[in-house]
Amino acid sequence: MHLILFVIFAVFCLAGAVNLLLQTHPINSALSLIVVMISLAVLYLLLGAEFLAAAQVIVYSGAIMVLFTFVVMLLNAGREERTLGSRAARLIGFPAVVAIFAVLATVILHIEGLGSVGPGSPITTTEDLSRVLFHELLLPFEVTSVLILIAILGAVALAQKGNGDHDTHKERTEAK
Amino acid sequence: MNSFLNQQVPLSWFLLLSATLFVLGIVGFLIKRNLITVFMSIELMLNAVNLSFVTFACQWHAVKGQIFVFFVMMVAAAEAAVGLAIIIAIFRVRATLAVDRIDLMKL
Repeated sequence: MHLILFVIFAVFCLAGAVNLLLQTHPINSALSLIVVMISLAVLYLLLGAEFLAAAQVIVYSGAIMVLFTFVVMLLNAGREERTLGSRAARLIGFPAVVAIFAVLATVILHIEGLGSVGPGSPITTTEDLSRVLFHELLLPFEVTSVLILIAILGAVALAQKGNGDHDTHKERTEAK
Repeated sequence: MNSFLNQQVPLSWFLLLSATLFVLGIVGFLIKRNLITVFMSIELMLNAVNLSFVTFACQWHAVKGQIFVFFVMMVAAAEAAVGLAIIIAIFRVRATLAVDRIDLMKL
């Protein structure tokens, strides 16, 4: 059962990621990224991380991707034009990508003692997770809430009308 | 049939999938020409790393690996909010999302 589910959702994952690269319209890329994220949630469930699977669906494919599609629609982003890209990307980037993948694959294939997951594998319940999170890691947890608050304030300040606006910039220079 | 259902999945397969997704994210970062899609490629890379975190948490039966993924998700949410606000601010000034036209800081 685990093997079948893994194969199905790994294929979904890779197909979504490749589709993200091939699509020219940003909204199609966003929707294929949602496919990738939901397939990853299923893979988390296979690995016994039930809370993370739920959080993945709610936070990533819910909140973050809604934000992305919202911005795509707000800015009315059209098809992207295909250009060759920078020369640095072509000359250094792609050989580096191939090298990174080769190194990662060889390292992973040479790891010894790596286990496997199956129907009998233990599951980390939400209770186990929250016990560690709220006993040992309470301070980092509270600090991240401050981080989120700062991020919200920063987002509001950045996206505010009149901040770096073309018209206000002109007005300011004219006033001078 | 019963043995087929009880088949185990090696954890190295999960790690290989994670490495492939990460590399696809880098390729997307390099070839995409739209600011929003470049940002989506970064999210794809974050997800790929999360998968390897969960895999190793499963291998060592360590709960803290999963908690790290939880923190990465929170940081990714903050990053997405700020990043998209920056994209909106750039769009207001330059009226374009093509990265080739937003190259003022390029040498």
